[in-house]
Amino acid sequence: MARAVTNTRKTVNTVIAWSIGLLIFFPILWTILTSFKTEAQAINDPPLFLFFDWTLENYAAVQERSNYMRFLWNSIIIAGGSTLLGVIIAVPAAWSMAFVPSKRTKDILLWMLSTKMLPAVGVLYPIYLIFIQLGLLDTRVGLVVVLMLINMPIIVWMLYTYFREIPVEILEASRMDGASLRDEILYVLAPMALPGIASTVLLNFILAWNEAFWTLNLTAAKAAPLTAFIASYSSPEGLFFAKLSAASTMAIAPILLLGWFSQKQLVRGLTFGAVK
Amino acid sequence: MATQHSRSAARLMMAPAVILLLGWMLVPLTMTLYFSFKKFLPLRGDSLGNGLEWVGLENYSRFVGSSSFWPSVQATLIIVGSVLVITVVLGTLLALLLDQPMWGQGIVRILVITPFFVMPTVSGLVWKNMFMDPINGILAHLFKFFGAQPLEWLSQASMQSIIMIVSWQWLPFATLILLTAIQSLDSEQLEASEMDGAPVLKRFWHIILPHMSRAITVVILIQTIFLLSIFAEIFVTTAGAFGTKTLTYLIFQRVLESQNVGLGSAGGVYAIILANIVAIFLMRIVGKNLDR
Repeated sequence: MARAVTNTRKTVNTVIAWSIGLLIFFPILWTILTSFKTEAQAINDPPLFLFFDWTLENYAAVQERSNYMRFLWNSIIIAGGSTLLGVIIAVPAAWSMAFVPSKRTKDILLWMLSTKMLPAVGVLYPIYLIFIQLGLLDTRVGLVVVLMLINMPIIVWMLYTYFREIPVEILEASRMDGASLRDEILYVLAPMALPGIASTVLLNFILAWNEAFWTLNLTAAKAAPLTAFIASYSSPEGLFFAKLSAASTMAIAPILLLGWFSQKQLVRGLTFGAVK
Repeated sequence: MATQHSRSAARLMMAPAVILLLGWMLVPLTMTLYFSFKKFLPLRGDSLGNGLEWVGLENYSRFVGSSSFWPSVQATLIIVGSVLVITVVLGTLLALLLDQPMWGQGIVRILVITPFFVMPTVSGLVWKNMFMDPINGILAHLFKFFGAQPLEWLSQASMQSIIMIVSWQWLPFATLILLTAIQSLDSEQLEASEMDGAPVLKRFWHIILPHMSRAITVVILIQTIFLLSIFAEIFVTTAGAFGTKTLTYLIFQRVLESQNVGLGSAGGVYAIILANIVAIFLMRIVGKNLDR
């Protein structure tokens, strides 16, 4: 860029942007800080920021009350399983839509997206009954299937927009050069498709991890993921800010770390491939 | 180019996704429709096995006739509309800011994106207790510091509170999409207009905003899909009290709390109709805007 930017202006930008950034981030920061306080310090007036006796007792208390690892494991299986299964089914579909489009391709895509608009609550009881019939209530398999289905439209849509960016000419050129189908997939298509697939997997893993309608309504003790783990703290029991904070931190830490480390791919995925 | 052979292969590759989604849509929908014409109170011994009594349109008229129906539609639309306006407007401003040269841009972006990773149950509880608690919440401390009477957020300003929580969750999404759009703007075009002496506001209105229209459409579409069905944020904060009962929440209460499946199903059909009205409206815009 040829525009000269004065240092003053850059400093002003920096100060404003950092202030707003910290303001937006503050609730999370505050939760993490509070999780290391004692309950008394957590409600100290005025609020304590950094100078308090850091303690891990809340984490121990939360772990004692509910077995964190089991919820964590359920979250991983449910989010991971539904995402993988969804991608396996969606890749061929998106692929054929992108490379062998027909007149109806766009209608199918829009129809898929419109199923996402069906209010889940409208079909809650039927799903509930079907789950009881099939013995799927409070099982991880059941939730994997449901979350796979509710995220399928988004997965197809995202993959479709990524695949469409792959130029067909390259495929034709490699074919003319005598590449076998196997070579074509392995050396030409896969490298071009992988970033898009990775972004899709990441974003849908996060969406599935945070899904809180079906996971709350279709699980009880056995298959409950972290969304349910934290919902059990919604009824207040006296002084509990610090424990709530510890539980919250435990629930969001894995996905926060994943999100921070994969930020670049994620930002690409966040736009659902629809904005460049 | 596409041969008959590759066409049928394509259809075959599409089949699993299409069939699964079709089943996922049709089976429960048919059941909901069926239940909505029946008296179905599982706690009083009604079950599919015993046969359900046909009540015609009674559930439908009772659901609309209930005093909570219109307020719930209103609450739904207010929440969705307000959050859309707040996130798009603030998201645009924030995106414009983040596009400026500064130090530590990457870190600011991470700070701004983070609320998106927080699950709705957590953000609901954290805001409810640690921020909106009228005695020990941060906002109460802030109010007292400025000599004001602390607010009982979730009862006195319940809708505003819910809108605030949900907007906080969705602002990162809007900001990032809009930022991506701004960054793809041809800087030469901007520089040219700058040299022509176009004032900032004019530049924004005539060059930046039109360029962002597609991104704004995407933000509105995707957020509406998720906002129409927000549930957990209300579940863990007000539980539908103080005027925050959305249509989703009202149906949830009818089906699971009062175990009136017939009535809830009729409500479900209404929710589906409402969602479809919004969907048709949106699909029109999106279908047009996504053609390149």
